[in-house]
Amino acid sequence: MFQIRIHGRGGQGVVTAAEMLSIAAFLEGKDAQAFPSFGSERMGAPVVAFCRISEKEIRSREPILNPDAIIVQDKTVIEPARAFDGIVDNGFVLINSPVDVETDLKNARVKCIGATEIALEQVGRPIPNAVLLGSFAALTGIIKIDSVIKAINTKFSGKIAEKNVKAAQVAYEKTLGER
Amino acid sequence: MLYQLEGSQAVARAIALCRPEVVCAYPITPQTHIVEGVGELVRSGQLKNCQYLNVESEMAAISVAIGSEAAGVRSYTATSSQGLLYMMEAVYNASGLELPIVMTLGNRAIGSPLNIWNDHADAMSARDAGWLMLFAENNQEAADLHIQAFKIAETLRLPVMVCMDGFILTHAYEKVDLPDQNEVDEFLPPYKPAFSLDPKHPCAIGAMVSPGDFMEVRYMAHRRQLEACSVIEKIGTEFNAKFKRNMGGLLRTYQIENAETVVVAMGSVLGTIKDTVDELNHMSGDDKFGVLSLVSYRPFPDKVICEALKNAKRVIVVEKALALGRGGILAHEVELALKGLDIEIITVVAGLGGRVITKAMLAEVFKQPKGNLIFLGLNEDVIRREYKTVLDERGA
Repeated sequence: MFQIRIHGRGGQGVVTAAEMLSIAAFLEGKDAQAFPSFGSERMGAPVVAFCRISEKEIRSREPILNPDAIIVQDKTVIEPARAFDGIVDNGFVLINSPVDVETDLKNARVKCIGATEIALEQVGRPIPNAVLLGSFAALTGIIKIDSVIKAINTKFSGKIAEKNVKAAQVAYEKTLGER
Repeated sequence: MLYQLEGSQAVARAIALCRPEVVCAYPITPQTHIVEGVGELVRSGQLKNCQYLNVESEMAAISVAIGSEAAGVRSYTATSSQGLLYMMEAVYNASGLELPIVMTLGNRAIGSPLNIWNDHADAMSARDAGWLMLFAENNQEAADLHIQAFKIAETLRLPVMVCMDGFILTHAYEKVDLPDQNEVDEFLPPYKPAFSLDPKHPCAIGAMVSPGDFMEVRYMAHRRQLEACSVIEKIGTEFNAKFKRNMGGLLRTYQIENAETVVVAMGSVLGTIKDTVDELNHMSGDDKFGVLSLVSYRPFPDKVICEALKNAKRVIVVEKALALGRGGILAHEVELALKGLDIEIITVVAGLGGRVITKAMLAEVFKQPKGNLIFLGLNEDVIRREYKTVLDERGA
């Protein structure tokens, strides 16, 4: 079982990111479960969403307390949301930031990427979720970029889908190059 | 075919596969995505020959469903929480009039205090309303139960409420296997009402019943509830044989063969409970813990529950509802089913108003329950402080 927790703020597509991750994993034949932090989503408010990926049937519905990976869509929530709580040893942390973020994490693989900047450039809107999923695919290898692209195309259509796919690909290549 | 879907969308598609001809929609969190989903399927033409009605309230939603069902048309609606309370007068009418409406209840707490999150207080408020009430453990079951529900309802001429946990299921993405239209058509034939309001063949329904007959009418309704057990079981078996699944029916058991302690619950918490029980059994190297998933809350299958639990030493009922000043609701019904047997029964009230339920919390009470009525994760410090304030105010 691989467990991912996504932190951000309402309006940044945090819940949609978890849903797209689950779709990507499903497309690879895995069992996947995505759920939000239940109804507290308001524009600007801290939001958490969860995704579990497994080869076996997923039954538990408790919130993810010990994530294998954490995606931070908005670094201002790191402290108030205690975003790094419970991370497993050698877990992945992907932070939306154009500059490196200081963390007190000792055994984590931390990666920063300016996802909002890439989103603005490629999509024209500051929604970093698809970008971060592209980067996540390169960083963790848990899902393929092709599956991420298919998941984006499931949730969105037309120009929006096209631009988000491009943005995810840019982030994927950039992260691969820096790995 | 397999899909990765939000629970609400899975249910919306399952509803469309059942070809309702009237759908009454009024939004309330966390059910809203379901009726929105059905609306989209009507708009796009995937659900044909269906009148999708945006009504002005929950009271109107159930009343319109009563009207259309009385006119002989398969009808569906959905609600949650205060929405169910608002429609309650007509909820009783629907069952009294023997109208096989299917309604989804996206389970949510009841205020005050206002709370939009999940528990089973709304469902419990309707437990004596004469509806059949089925609880879904996951989104596959939520979808499957709706397809079974129309058949059960129309066979018995009783309305069915399919309960699915708000947010935890309605808003969760997971894998759902949805059958093809022709398969559902084979399983669920077009609705043939036993009676209907038709100007060409006038009749009356819902006439006043005098004290001379009322008891008999109610007794007949009671008897039909009891008979519903075998119908739910039969239709569940038929469904599972056709669609190669193990969903619905009255209840399911998990690892209970040698279990000393069996945990009983309804709805989405069962997944977390099963994982907890697996871990406990694995750690101790035996199979002391088992699980009973109750699907049918109304009718309450006393006999089948008793048969399944008779060898247990202890039964722990985990329930998301509380009878104030009394304790568990489901637990008392389980206790009644096990009357006369030497089995310790423990009530665990959990998850009220969306309070998180973790495996660690469950493992602790399963291993060493402290007392017969446990409130899972209750913050004792807050209770002490608040109670002191109450006492101070009273000048005690």
